[in-house]
Parts: sequence; C-alpha cells; structure tokens
Amino acid sequence: MAQTEGQTPAQAPAKTTVARPAALVVCPSCDALCRMPRLAHGEDAACPRCGQVLAAPRHKAGMQIISLAFASLVLLIATLFFPFLEISAAGLSNATSVLDVVLAFTSGQLALLVLFTAGCILAIPALRMGLLLYVLIPLVFDTPPRRHAHAAFLLAERLKPWSMAEIFAIGCAVALIKVKDLAHVEFGPAFWMFAVLVLLVAQVQRNLCSRSVWDALEAGGSAVPPLQSKASRA
Amino acid sequence: MVGCRYCTRAWPAGTESCGVCGSKLVSRDRQSLQKVWAWWLVALLCYIPANLYPMLRTSTLGSVSQDTIVGGAITLAEHGSYVVAAIILLASVVIPTLKFLAIAYLAVSVSRPSSASQHTRHILYEVVEYIGRWSMIDVFVVAILSALVHLGSIASIEPGPASLTFALTVVFTMISAQSFDSRLIWDQLDDDQEKDPIRAD
Repeated sequence: MAQTEGQTPAQAPAKTTVARPAALVVCPSCDALCRMPRLAHGEDAACPRCGQVLAAPRHKAGMQIISLAFASLVLLIATLFFPFLEISAAGLSNATSVLDVVLAFTSGQLALLVLFTAGCILAIPALRMGLLLYVLIPLVFDTPPRRHAHAAFLLAERLKPWSMAEIFAIGCAVALIKVKDLAHVEFGPAFWMFAVLVLLVAQVQRNLCSRSVWDALEAGGSAVPPLQSKASRA
Repeated sequence: MVGCRYCTRAWPAGTESCGVCGSKLVSRDRQSLQKVWAWWLVALLCYIPANLYPMLRTSTLGSVSQDTIVGGAITLAEHGSYVVAAIILLASVVIPTLKFLAIAYLAVSVSRPSSASQHTRHILYEVVEYIGRWSMIDVFVVAILSALVHLGSIASIEPGPASLTFALTVVFTMISAQSFDSRLIWDQLDDDQEKDPIRAD
C-alpha cells in the first residue's frame, strides 16, 4: 500500500502507471489534504492520517466491471421469474420467486415495506449496475462520456449502502433454518443465480476505483483536459 | 481549500459546487449534529414498537402464535437452533442497541473534549456505517418466510406490525450515521498531535 504523503510521482515504471499527474486530493472522511502519487495498477493509495483508501486502480478494471455488471443484470432479471425456494409439507407444496417475496407485504398496511424490500434487493442493485454500464462503456471504448455521466456515477456511488443483495442472501439461509422443523425446503434455481449475483456484485465493488473513474470522466469531458496539456508540455 | 466528499478533488475555499462530480461543497456540515440527533430520535421511537409488537404471526394446524423479535429468538433456541438464535439476537438486538450508543457517543464526543483518540473514534464510525445495514436481515427473513410459507391450514406465516417499524429503525439509524460529518472528529487535533506533513500546502 502506497502512502500518499510526500512521495515523488515518478517512482513507478511509466508503462503501467495510470496516466495522471500528481494531484491534490482531500480525504473525504478526515479532510486531510494529500498529494496523490502516481499509482501502478494494483497499488492502493491510503490517507496518511486516517487510513481511508483514496484510490486503488486495477489492471483492465473497466472491461471487467462492464462484463461483471452486464452478467449481474442478466442474472437479476432471471432470478425474478425462477423459483427461489420450494417448500413442501404433508403433500402441499409452494414455490416462491423473488417477486413473490417482494409481494409478500402487499397484504395489509405494510405496503411501505414492499417498496423498500423491492428497492434494496432488486431495483437498487439493478440501477447501480445499469448506471455503471452507462458511465463506463464510453470510457473503456474511448468515446466521449455520455450526457449526465457525472451525475449518473455520483448517483451510483450514493446508492452503494442501500444495495442489500448480500444481506438478503444471508436472510435466506436464516429463513431456511427457521422453517426446517415445519416443512421440507429446497433451493430453486434462482437461489443459486442469486448467490452468483452476490459474488459478482462484490467483485464489481473490488475492481471499481471511483477516483480513477472521476479522473477519466474529467479527462474525457469537455471542461478541462489536464492530461493532454500536461503531456504536450512534457 | 475545500474538498469534495464524493470525488476527493480539492477546490479553493468558497467554491460552491464540485466541478468534477457536481455535488455541493461544504467545508463542514454545520447542521450535521442536528440531523444526526433528529434521525437518531426518530429511530429510537420506532425501535420501541419494533420490540413490543409481533414480528411474525405463525399459524400451524389451527393454533396461532405471535412472536416478537426476542420471543422468536427464544423459540429458536428452545428448538435447539442456537446459532440462528444468536444471529437473530445479534442482528436485531445487539447491533441496533450498540449502534444507538455509538452514534450518540460520536455526536457527543465531537462537541466536547474527548478522551478517546481520533483513530479509535474514526474506526468506531466506520464500523457503525458498515455494520448498520446488516440489521435488515430480520426484515428480509420475515419477507421470505411470509412469501414462502403458504400451506393452507397446515402452516402459514404473516408479517406483523413490528416488521415495518423495525425496518424503519434500521433505515433511520443508517441515515443518522450518514448525516454524521466524520471530519468533525479530526477538527479537535492539538498542534502537537498534528502529524500530517502536507497540511501546509
């Protein structure tokens, strides 16, 4: 892990560096002003005061995130319709899809919970993946950023804590043990899709360095092209 | 200098919105503590009915039982599922309670001299932010169970009113933790504690 303080920016081999000159950044959690060193792919920059990771560029992360995000969108739509859990007792059986889980709260005055559950386990993860695709595809294929790409990425970042797919997966396991005594329960195909989905979303999160995305958006946008001007002067 | 909390870019003091990501720039959120306490209080009010009312209404072969959060965990433990009972107790009782205490402690500690170091409190804040979402587990369990267990007269499960108030508790404590401006923790640095070498930039 590279500390951001007082390092000369030209230490790493030029070939693997992210093409960005040293810039001042402000740690979002403790407000320390740091100089961002030039990072090689795979290196992390952490705030020297509080340890918050400020940047963590990964090799070919953009392409990986695009494929992972696309795969998780497909899985997310598929899980909606396939049975998630199947229950049977004394000859009666019932199969539940994720859609049924969401609609479980429609009866009675608990409709507020429907919206919330649907949002946290389906809508927000889907929206985040869609936004990431919208922002990253032009960046990876070297075309100008789409309209409102900045706002889209900001929204994706702010929605991060509200995306609760992994919590729902653990909830499934707990629910399973709770009804174990009552009836016989089996996982449906959608459960395994959902499990893979959780892993994919985690992998997207591991590869995503928001600092690099902001840099790329800034460089590709019409506002200021700091990369070009710096490079031509050098 | 003022920094953007979303894209970490530094701007000259007085800049109103970030030129990279467009979010509003504030050196310190002056109303941060007010917001924290407001959401904290609402969450606490929701937490009381969440514990008093039933979370689940289970009917099996004609008999109906209603379980509160703690009651449900006790039933599970009586059936021998100690691990699941522990998970439920941890996610729905221990974590929310500790979270209420931790947020209150952080909010109090930034407005008066505190004995705990900045680092300890910073870690506490990160833990609170990270772990808070996991309390939703009980709400999801109720959702799954009530969707799944519809076996006519043999067994059926319905959500109780506490599922809504508990979900609201989790949401409000999450918003309360997010409203806390963690930069306030670091404002109390004494000069001799100041270890940051490039602050002078």
